[in-house]
Amino acid sequence: MARRIDGIKEIMKDITNELVVCNIGVPTKELFQVKDRSRNFYMIGSMGLVESIGLGLALSQEETVVVIDGDGSLLMNMGSLITTSHNQCDNLIWIVINNGAYGSTGNQTTYMADMDLVQIAKDSGFENAYEFSQINFKEILDSNKCTFIEYKLEAGNSDAPVIDLSPDEVRDRFMSEIQK
Amino acid sequence: MDSSEAIFKGLKDAGIDFIVSVPCANLKKLLIMIDEDDTITHIPVSREEEGLGICAGAYMAGKKTGILMQNSGLGNCVNALCSLYELYSFPLVMIMSHRGTEGESIIGQVPMGKATPDILKAINLEYVKPESIKEAYETVKNSWTKTTKDKKAFSILLEIPYWKLKED
Ligand SMILES: Cc1ncc(C[n+]2csc(CCOP(=O)(O)OP(=O)(O)O)c2C)c(N)n1
Repeated sequence: MARRIDGIKEIMKDITNELVVCNIGVPTKELFQVKDRSRNFYMIGSMGLVESIGLGLALSQEETVVVIDGDGSLLMNMGSLITTSHNQCDNLIWIVINNGAYGSTGNQTTYMADMDLVQIAKDSGFENAYEFSQINFKEILDSNKCTFIEYKLEAGNSDAPVIDLSPDEVRDRFMSEIQK
Repeated sequence: MDSSEAIFKGLKDAGIDFIVSVPCANLKKLLIMIDEDDTITHIPVSREEEGLGICAGAYMAGKKTGILMQNSGLGNCVNALCSLYELYSFPLVMIMSHRGTEGESIIGQVPMGKATPDILKAINLEYVKPESIKEAYETVKNSWTKTTKDKKAFSILLEIPYWKLKED
């Protein structure tokens, strides 16, 4: 079965102009290695808040925002499911990589490993909630509908290097893309 | 102007147009005023920390951001203030109803009421405690300029006596 980095490659294949906000830890490093771009915001602190940042962006400008979240991080901010479902934005696509583990800290099993995130999202009020393998992601990107996606993958980290950009650089180039 | 109107007018004059909140009894009137204003986006949040994430995204998209909360919510925000706001030098106006202060009737509010200023000091964040309606208005009015100039979150603590002040 594929791992997180394979999933990030799949996601980035279809990304064109979207803003991408990526979860703390190894996911940011893997995204940086797979496809660094100014339109990526690498959240390298504040575990649990990647979806909240994505929601604030989606509420405040028109471009599509794709959030790459993790199952352990979602556990830390479960309220964001309810807040987001009550403030649905057509330009928000929230992908939770469910590798059943706190991958970045050594693959400790999370309580999410045997949970059905699609069902949880539906019960939280998301009309459009899918498992990644069941959809054509490109079509979802173009659908203009607030969408929740669970991406089931195996635990495991690649050896992607540390991001060689300062937080100021990450922020400034991201913000200048939005203001274009 | 009463105590709530002063904060509302200060927020308007500061140009703050994106507010997240978790209620406090003292914020009741202010929250209604913000809800009724079409030019301010108001997002009630599940937890203050989440609100800080939402404000960070909104700020990057050009909004002027603020949070309205009880000081107990500061305890829910400490990691976000360091690992998100300090890390990326994001501005934010934090307006807190400061409970557990003079006149508090709920004992549960006292420990966090005492700890609040020290928590802000420990993470190197500035705060002011306006004591009059005029001072509160002026402080809030200048708060967005201050937080963007300092490149860090700025707090306004409004203690229990503030909310009891008569019209100015
Ligand atoms: C508040 C907080 N607690 C714990 C950590 C340590 N930590 C960093 S990443 C991470 C795991 C995140 O797991 P998940 O969201 O499932 O993503 P994965 O790494 O598996 O892709 C943890 C526990 C942290 N940075 N901040």
